[in-house]
Amino acid sequence: MKVKMLSRNPDNYVRETKLDLQRVPRNYDPTLHPFEVPREYVRALNATKLERVFAKPFLASLDGHRDGVNCLAKHPKNLATVLSGACDGEVRIWNLTQRNCIRTVQAHEGFVRGICTRFCGTSFFTVGDDKTVKQWKMDGPGYGEEEEPLHTILGKTVYTGIDHHWKEAVFATCGQQVDIWDEQRTNPICSMTWGFDSISSVKFNPVETFLLGSCASDRNIVLYDMRQATPLKKVILDMRTNTICWNPMEAFIFTAANEDYNLYTFDMRALDTPVMVHMDHVSAVLDVDYCPTGKEFVSASFDKSIRIFPVDKSRSREVYHTKRMQHVICVKWTSDSKYIMCGSDEMNIRLWKANASEKLGVLTSREKAAKDYNQKLKEKFQHYPHIKRIARHRHLPKSIYSQIQEQRIMKEARRRKEVNRIKHSKPGSVPIVSEKKKHIVAVVK
Amino acid sequence: MTANRLAESLLALSQQEELVDLPKDYLLSGSEDEGDNDGEREHQKLLEAISSLDGKNRRKLAERSEASLKVSEFNVSSEGSGEKLVLADLLEPVKTSSSLATVKKQLNRVKSKKTVELPLNKEEIERIHREVAFNKTTQVLSKWDPVVLKNRQAEQLVFPLEKEEPAIAPIEHVLSGWKARTPLEQEIFNLLHKNKQPVADPLLTPVEKASLQAMSLEEAKMRRAELQRARALQSYYEAKARREKKIKSKKYHKVVKKGKAKKALKEFEQLRKANPAAALEELEKIEKARMMERMSLKHQNSGKWAKSKAIMAKYDLEARQAMQEQLAKNKELTQKLQVASESEEEEGGTEEVEELLVPDVVNEVQMNADGPNPWMLRSCTSDTKEAATQEDPEQLPEPEAHEVSESEGEERPVAEEEILLREFEERRSLRKRSELSQDAEPAGSQETKDSSSQEVLSELRVLAQKLKENDQSRKQKASSEGTIPQVQREEPAPEEEEPLLLQRPERVQTLEELEELGKEECFQNKELPRPVLEGQQSERTPNNRPDAPKEKKKKEQMIDLQNLLTTQSPSVKSLAVPTIEELEDEEERNQRQMIKEAFAGDDVIRDFLKEKREAVEASKPKDVDLTLPGWGEWGGVGLKPSAKKRRRFLIKAPEGPPRKDKNLPNVMINEKRNIHTAAHQVRVLPYPFTHHWQFERTIQTPIGSTWNTQRAFQKLTTPKVVTKPGHIINPIKAEDVGYRSSSRSDLSVIQRNPKRITTRHKKQLKKSSVD
Repeated sequence: MKVKMLSRNPDNYVRETKLDLQRVPRNYDPTLHPFEVPREYVRALNATKLERVFAKPFLASLDGHRDGVNCLAKHPKNLATVLSGACDGEVRIWNLTQRNCIRTVQAHEGFVRGICTRFCGTSFFTVGDDKTVKQWKMDGPGYGEEEEPLHTILGKTVYTGIDHHWKEAVFATCGQQVDIWDEQRTNPICSMTWGFDSISSVKFNPVETFLLGSCASDRNIVLYDMRQATPLKKVILDMRTNTICWNPMEAFIFTAANEDYNLYTFDMRALDTPVMVHMDHVSAVLDVDYCPTGKEFVSASFDKSIRIFPVDKSRSREVYHTKRMQHVICVKWTSDSKYIMCGSDEMNIRLWKANASEKLGVLTSREKAAKDYNQKLKEKFQHYPHIKRIARHRHLPKSIYSQIQEQRIMKEARRRKEVNRIKHSKPGSVPIVSEKKKHIVAVVK
Repeated sequence: MTANRLAESLLALSQQEELVDLPKDYLLSGSEDEGDNDGEREHQKLLEAISSLDGKNRRKLAERSEASLKVSEFNVSSEGSGEKLVLADLLEPVKTSSSLATVKKQLNRVKSKKTVELPLNKEEIERIHREVAFNKTTQVLSKWDPVVLKNRQAEQLVFPLEKEEPAIAPIEHVLSGWKARTPLEQEIFNLLHKNKQPVADPLLTPVEKASLQAMSLEEAKMRRAELQRARALQSYYEAKARREKKIKSKKYHKVVKKGKAKKALKEFEQLRKANPAAALEELEKIEKARMMERMSLKHQNSGKWAKSKAIMAKYDLEARQAMQEQLAKNKELTQKLQVASESEEEEGGTEEVEELLVPDVVNEVQMNADGPNPWMLRSCTSDTKEAATQEDPEQLPEPEAHEVSESEGEERPVAEEEILLREFEERRSLRKRSELSQDAEPAGSQETKDSSSQEVLSELRVLAQKLKENDQSRKQKASSEGTIPQVQREEPAPEEEEPLLLQRPERVQTLEELEELGKEECFQNKELPRPVLEGQQSERTPNNRPDAPKEKKKKEQMIDLQNLLTTQSPSVKSLAVPTIEELEDEEERNQRQMIKEAFAGDDVIRDFLKEKREAVEASKPKDVDLTLPGWGEWGGVGLKPSAKKRRRFLIKAPEGPPRKDKNLPNVMINEKRNIHTAAHQVRVLPYPFTHHWQFERTIQTPIGSTWNTQRAFQKLTTPKVVTKPGHIINPIKAEDVGYRSSSRSDLSVIQRNPKRITTRHKKQLKKSSVD
């Protein structure tokens, strides 16, 4: 009699070593795993809730300045080093890993208006209210040496901002005009003006490095071409633009932080309509900085909060605030795209996570897979009302919250009035202006 | 006089502007007195006004109102004519005189020169500069468009963009600071050193280098081609050999063997002439073979085969020949070879010996059959045949060669063999062809007939047969196709027709009944399922048949969706159905009966209809009754408000929208929204989607590892942006995306064209120095 036996290939179930993971056979037959949508929905809901549970973005506060922090700069080669200039003319260099100040320089009398590092990271430049531009070595002075700048340029007018070229030994300052300086010379090699007003900030384009953008207090944004030594175009907005920032991955995109609580992302080739109007702040936006990936930017506002906007969304995805943080004057996104620093009026520099609920440190592969899966689930079900509500919910300080309500009412009233005006006038006589175009006064060639 | 006038005219040209406002009637008005001037002028004006009434516009003369020092005597004025004074007008009088050529020339020069345009003002210039610069910059920037678009649409972006090259030290650096310790390592090192394995790049031994250099590409290609050809030839020859080996004809093999022997002999002859020493060796070999043969006694007539042949030899010519051949061979082998040069004479001698050795029977027969060698005869006949019949130009040279060879005594047998071989080949090919054509033809006839003509014939035959076959098959096909569809057509048709015939009248019946009943019965009764009288139907059907279609049309409109459930499905029964089906029906009926008995108590359909009716009633908007009993009339127990009042205070509810299941008799749709589920449902279509099914599809495909394989899971959950912690992400560069970055630095460009900047700067410097 023949006995039939079950026979299996031991390769399919025997481990080679006892350190190997046990093989778990799986059957992917969909009938065995029913209710996939509801189950994933529940997982997404849980992931969203957990995200909010773990959202603790605040990492550290660097205190030491004796006046409001006016400007920040990143070290181009070192992630841990950050420079800050205060309103009392003091410049401090910080170490982020140790969270302490490693060097203090009394750079200027009065405000430090601007600070920027050289592209190689060996020195940095400051401009101050004392009409000087100073170049400093990044390393501190040796024992017994005096703390003094490498170069000092005495200007005729106050410089309000400075930025260094991304590749060459050239920097640009702004004040009454935009000056372009060779590092070796005491006179600007080129100065460009268009109209007469104080220019508040100037920024080099990081991709096409000969391009500059500046914003002046007569409500305009002016673009310059350094090589042809000429301004290119000017756009006049409703209100003053405080600063601009170029997208590091898209050569022609920049974002302007405006006094009218909004940020405007422009394509520099078509200035008459901004690509996107970002609105969520309830007070003037003072500073903006792009994430190095070019997908998001962070903005600092007078309303004591900083917000993170995706470049293609008009609403912010995140808002950071603390009880003690006052008007945020400057903000920077670190070069590894993981952290955000902001300097505020109450003399502190704060370090935040760019992704509020992200786990810091090394992740195991399983953690990483779970994180990716949760992220995808959240994306997939983001339109579901429950999930949307939980993901969107943020606690806000009362001042901001009430301001938002108030502004919503004002906006609604304005809209209603507009609608009524259109309704009660001859059709076509009242033009319907889109939100994007509304804030652009003119484009000057 | 003319010169004077010309000078005057030139002066006039210079004072053109003043002349313009000089009136024509200056002299006239000038001469008059101021006092009586007014009246005169009034009069003049009046006259003018009157004269202008006739419609024609009279020349309007310019009027001078103030005194001027310069008075032209020519009275030139452009105002009167309404045209500007042109230089040519003034020059016209000059044309006549030749003495003023120089002046004329100068004037012409003045005329030909273009006036220089006014320079634009500074703002304009700057604007133009800016615009040009902007356009240029826009062009430069537009090269980023595809990159930006690609990055925006990318499934995954990994930052930093630039790939860091792994810091791997070259092997020579590693090797230099390393020594072999274990014996194994030493052994390996020795081996490497023996081969002169270099440590530095390129890592090639001298031998490898040489081999690399030895063969260029073309050479290698040629070599390969040669090898391929050789291989092909080899395989070809192998195939040929195999083919020949398969040939069963003994005659053929015999001929081949003989040919080989002859060939060997010939070669030996040649060898003897060329290299006597080698020939001697060869000879020794032959001698040895002979000795072996002699020892083995192989070729004597003692073998089984030889004996059988000897029996057959009496009657069979071929057998006899075979015997003879064997004997000849035997003789040849057993005979001791003498001097090679006397081979011819010896051959003659051998024949004589042969005759002696051959058994009597064989010889007798041979003598009877044909005196000379039968081989010779056949070859002659075949040759003549070929010469006569073959007209192919290709094969012509061969017979000629044979003829030539025939003239030589020595080489003749070789040619014979060749011919024989060829014959074999032909025969074989023909046999094959005949097999193809399935024509059984006697082999003997082929010998006599011309090969080429036979080929043609056989081909023709094959063609004819094929044609026949084709025709037949086509016919068969056609017939089969014709028959099968017919059959099919015939088969389904009754099936289709039958149900129609069966069903129609019955449905008509039921509907008719419905109609009748509907007229008679009230609303409630209609909903109840009604027993159908089958007997009646069967009786009625024949009567109704002729006008069935008409009635059907009428009835179709009468089908009420509400009653779809209540109407019974038409049973397939009529007079036309054979009795077997009736039996089946009976079985069915039994079944139904049983089911009915089993579920006697619950009438599902009625329950459903009741439920639906209730739901419809509940969903209907309710009337509002505002009557107050006892208001305006007597109230109390047992008293009801009057109908009039009730009618007056009843507010009728507006009719709501039609229910979704109004036209779906067997469906009940609950139109109330479930709040609990609504909280978990998307209300509006989210932005990037244009259709709800797109969105649904994204939701319905699960991405978890519960439903997907590991690989698919990883692919589905790849994050859009990947960054490495602790890595600095630099701004995108032209080199990262494959563009060439501009060779000139921005700084050098500035220093190349510093014109405008420096001047302005100088000014500023000056200013500052002054301050």
